[in-house]
Amino acid sequence: MQKLRALIHHVGWPRVIIAVFLLCLFVAAPFVRVRLDASIGDTLVRFGMNGVLVLAMVPMVQSGCGLNFGLPLGIIAGLLGAVTSLELNLTGFAGFVAAIAIAVPFGLLFGWGYGRLLNKVKGGEMMIATYVGFSSVAFMCMMWLLLPYRNPTMVWGYAGKGLRTTISVQEYWGGVLSDFFGIRFSDFLSVPTGMLLFFGLMCLLVWAFFHTKTGTAMTAVGTNPDFARASGIDIDRMRTISVMMSTVLGAVGIIVYEQSFGFIQLYMGPFFMAFPSVAAILIGGASVHKATLTNVLIGTFLFQGILTMTPSVINSMLQTDMSEVIRIIVSNGMILYALTRVARVNSK
Amino acid sequence: MKNMERDAKFRLDRFLLTNLVPLIFIGLSMVAIPISQFSGSYLVQEMLIRLARNAFLVLSLLIPIIAGMGLNFGMVLGAMAGQIGLILITDWKIIGLPGMVLAALIATPIAMALGWMCGVILNRAKGREMVTSYILGFFINGLYQLIVLYGFGKVIPIRSADLVLSRGFGVRNAINLLGIRNCLDNLIPVSLQGIRIPLGTFLVIGVFCLFIVWFRRTKLGQDMRAVGQDMDVARAAGIPVERTRVVSIVISTVLAAYGQIIFLQNIGTMNTYNSHEQAGMFAIAALLVGGASVARATLPNVFLGVILFHLMFVVSPMAGKYLIGEAQLGEYFRVFVSYGIIAVSLVLYEWRRARDRAYARRSLRGGEA
Repeated sequence: MQKLRALIHHVGWPRVIIAVFLLCLFVAAPFVRVRLDASIGDTLVRFGMNGVLVLAMVPMVQSGCGLNFGLPLGIIAGLLGAVTSLELNLTGFAGFVAAIAIAVPFGLLFGWGYGRLLNKVKGGEMMIATYVGFSSVAFMCMMWLLLPYRNPTMVWGYAGKGLRTTISVQEYWGGVLSDFFGIRFSDFLSVPTGMLLFFGLMCLLVWAFFHTKTGTAMTAVGTNPDFARASGIDIDRMRTISVMMSTVLGAVGIIVYEQSFGFIQLYMGPFFMAFPSVAAILIGGASVHKATLTNVLIGTFLFQGILTMTPSVINSMLQTDMSEVIRIIVSNGMILYALTRVARVNSK
Repeated sequence: MKNMERDAKFRLDRFLLTNLVPLIFIGLSMVAIPISQFSGSYLVQEMLIRLARNAFLVLSLLIPIIAGMGLNFGMVLGAMAGQIGLILITDWKIIGLPGMVLAALIATPIAMALGWMCGVILNRAKGREMVTSYILGFFINGLYQLIVLYGFGKVIPIRSADLVLSRGFGVRNAINLLGIRNCLDNLIPVSLQGIRIPLGTFLVIGVFCLFIVWFRRTKLGQDMRAVGQDMDVARAAGIPVERTRVVSIVISTVLAAYGQIIFLQNIGTMNTYNSHEQAGMFAIAALLVGGASVARATLPNVFLGVILFHLMFVVSPMAGKYLIGEAQLGEYFRVFVSYGIIAVSLVLYEWRRARDRAYARRSLRGGEA
């Protein structure tokens, strides 16, 4: 009993509750005639789809810039890459790689500016990040209308210009990663091996980066800025690098998401995309000051698991669709918990 | 002498920085109004209506700013409380001014409870009140949907069939507030050269402005200012810091509930699941456009802000249409402006704070030498 209590304390109550809830959903699924294999398959797909976006939180949290509510900025870089790749009529792996190759420089550029901005507003990063994200999405709404893309599958038919709100990538590079070495167990359960491998590769890269000299310095900046300054680390530079990394990961993340989802969502599409990722990493046990790859993996699995399971299971149980409400309460409740928890530790 | 020079330069910087946002807006409006081809009397009428509609909501933001808690993004909590009041009186078919007053009476305890909760949570997140209250708004929105979508008609009885979804419980997406529509605006019908003036609403807003002026002078108002300036000093002076902060949020939330009721009586229809979401963003953007900052906001900021912000709101789609041939572009432009203005104001505030800190450090070092 004592051990159990210590374990729960170590893991944190919200994480335990959410894990138990998810477990209950999986157990209940067969009784309300929801196919378990389909559920597991869907969870895996969504895990792979969203993983890199959640990973994009890690560098900024580690360098002390807080939760990356400005993720939409990275997503916009990714969208630019994806749309340009379609404009060039590239298909298959070439298209996917080209999208990333075009998105990365945009991500670096945006991230550099965004990082410089955040260096000027230390202490107020999160609120400003939120609004930088929002206003850049709104700005890009105008740009999507004006940018000179001409591919007829992407622009409005009657005007011949202005990108559509959703663009299908099925003909180009939809599913190239998911179907790569994809394993089909049954009609309902197939594992998107390529996508999971790619997510693994990204995690490995981030893990390796945090074991280099720069990576260690970055963690030092986040843990104790005064100590870092005393040991001769350029704090602003480390923070800028971390923001650039987060932005680039966001750009890559959205392209992975799109190739699995099959559509590019422009205009207000990226608007609220930061919140699920923030919630996911917090459910995984991260705090505003510390995030690890384990947090990313566990958090993405738990959060996406709940998102997959609640609509099907709860709907069959209660005959009403409460999944949206549950999603709002769980994700925002989690963010709220993290924000208030840190302050309590600080005031001690 | 040298010191004075630096002081003077410092102040000029400050003037430009504090007034940057209104100046940009005045410039934008001066360009956009002629392009939009709206007539002067139309714009005046439109601004009067929008002033009556929005001023109260914006005013509800002032008190937490005095208490140093920044922009109260949690005012949407109050807006939700107000909407629950409106749903109930629409169901009970109580119309006109009594209906509005009853809605306000129902909303008051709900808003007080929510405000108290918000205040307690914000006390646990000192230094990051804004982002916390912002997320809290989303969180309570989830609970609100839970209650309105599933509770109403099941737990809380709803009699009118035109309010309830066809499945038997849950409130419909749009509610017609015909019963109380414009009842406060048209209470005292006045019109000047064909322009209708919603005098009743302006009277309420005027009374409320007097309340704020009076409130600032009370003991509680002074306490709040002290807490806003320095929590530790205030605590040392014997002011119950936590309690004062909670009270400021409770007042703000209750006032936001009234503000939302006034707002919706002017509009006449309520989007059950969306009306409140926009309330916070627009009120905050308007206040900032008026030249307020996260730490300082005055009554003139409120009125200037509402007029400038909504001028942009009315004018930009038409300006976009005539300028580039696409109204949609103007539409996106105004969304961009609303968010951009909040971002710029927040950046300016934090940046100024960081610079002040650097100044303080430098002067300390100068004193030692």
